[in-house]
Amino acid sequence: MCGTCGCGSGENGVRIQNPKDLLTHEHTHSHIDAQGLVYEHTHDDHSHKHAHTHEHVHEHEQHQRKVIDVEKDILHHNDLMAARNRGLFEAKNIFALNLVSSPGSGKTSILERTLKDLKDTIPFFVIEGDQQTLNDANRISAFDIPVVQINTGKGCHLESDTIYEALKKLDITDHAVLMIENVGNLVCPSMFDLGESKRIVIISTTEGEDKPIKYPDMFHSSDLCIINKIDLLPYVNVNLEKLKQYALKVNPKLEFIEISATTGEGMEVWFTWLKKNRNQPKN
Amino acid sequence: MHELSVALGIVKIAEEETAKAQAKYVELIELEIGALAGIDFESLHFVWPAAVKDSVLENAIKKINLLEGIAKCVDCDTIFTINHIYDSCPKCKSNFKGIIQGKELRVKALEVV
Ligand SMILES: Nc1nc2c(ncn2[C@@H]2O[C@H](COP(=O)(O)OP(=O)(O)OP(=O)(O)O)[C@@H](O)[C@H]2O)c(=O)[nH]1
Ligand SMILES: [Mg+2]
Ligand SMILES: [Zn+2]
Ligand SMILES: [Zn+2]
Ligand SMILES: [Zn+2]
Ligand SMILES: [Zn+2]
Ligand SMILES: [Zn+2]
Repeated sequence: MCGTCGCGSGENGVRIQNPKDLLTHEHTHSHIDAQGLVYEHTHDDHSHKHAHTHEHVHEHEQHQRKVIDVEKDILHHNDLMAARNRGLFEAKNIFALNLVSSPGSGKTSILERTLKDLKDTIPFFVIEGDQQTLNDANRISAFDIPVVQINTGKGCHLESDTIYEALKKLDITDHAVLMIENVGNLVCPSMFDLGESKRIVIISTTEGEDKPIKYPDMFHSSDLCIINKIDLLPYVNVNLEKLKQYALKVNPKLEFIEISATTGEGMEVWFTWLKKNRNQPKN
Repeated sequence: MHELSVALGIVKIAEEETAKAQAKYVELIELEIGALAGIDFESLHFVWPAAVKDSVLENAIKKINLLEGIAKCVDCDTIFTINHIYDSCPKCKSNFKGIIQGKELRVKALEVV
């Protein structure tokens, strides 16, 4: 369809869209490819903390073969771009949350409830990640909250350079809370730091108590575990204490909050967590 | 399947390093992958041909050094091997541990021509 970016051809391409733009038929959309090859980075124009690369090119002199000791992290690029996001968040005093879960645990429902109750006191911005459709962004936009939808195509997780592109589209203000709803997937997103302040894993009561040990990486890398759909507890056979024990085995520092996005039960506890952690000075 | 992203990350690094060394292509690539890095090797092998197509890695031999998981107990300092991220200390049963080895996901070396 689009000659510049070839968006009609690549089903793998990532697409970043804003529901409001589409409503006004502006059709402004930006694309970056699956490898995130939007821009090249040099190591001079940004600082980052990770220890890295000592490249010595040994000339082995046998024909023209060279052995290069690379010693480089494969996710180096993602980590670098995450560090850039983090720097931006810190400079603008933005509290950024990365919401991860299996499909359908209630990420968007929790967001809706949170925005409805807190939008008059906290400036929210939202990035929605799904493989396809603008549905979740439309649900958020209904609350008059600035939102950008990232469609990852075949990609099953968000990466940090896409978040950077989305941020540019969002025009995010200082002191805001940024909610990033990751693609519903309990495996892939765990490896990709987005530069978030905190990572929140959501699990619903219908998913079974052994999720934390079946998908340990996600629980290992999260700061808070929200247990959603507690209104369904009378109907499902799940032992929440067992679930927490499993999760603590994976990550002894994990915090828990039990809520129902449907009935609103427990939402106050979540709001308190949000406000407290938002105001916590970075160390 | 984040393995595709991982494979594309490897290609990106190989392209950069090969260009820097003013070489033409890669004959052998050596990777270091930890047992706790969250990589499914079958998936990685599956996506590899598509990821390296038309790149400097297209005909490269891929060598993977698998590093086992090793942790150190925060409570009693015991050093032990772990197969899962949730394994607890065999001595004192504590869940608090630091992972010393096993999360690696690195391009270790390239042999370029
Ligand atoms: N009973 C009950 N249903 C809920 C609750 N929260 C969400 N749901 C329902 O669960 C379904 C999925 O909710 P979503 O909020 O779309 O879940 P999601 O995690 O955003 O889903 P994806 O973005 O597709 O991964 C919807 O039908 C919701 O109405 C809850 O607390 N209780
Ligand atoms: Mg959703
Ligand atoms: Zn286009
Ligand atoms: Zn660097
Ligand atoms: Zn994956
Ligand atoms: Zn993925
Ligand atoms: Zn111990």
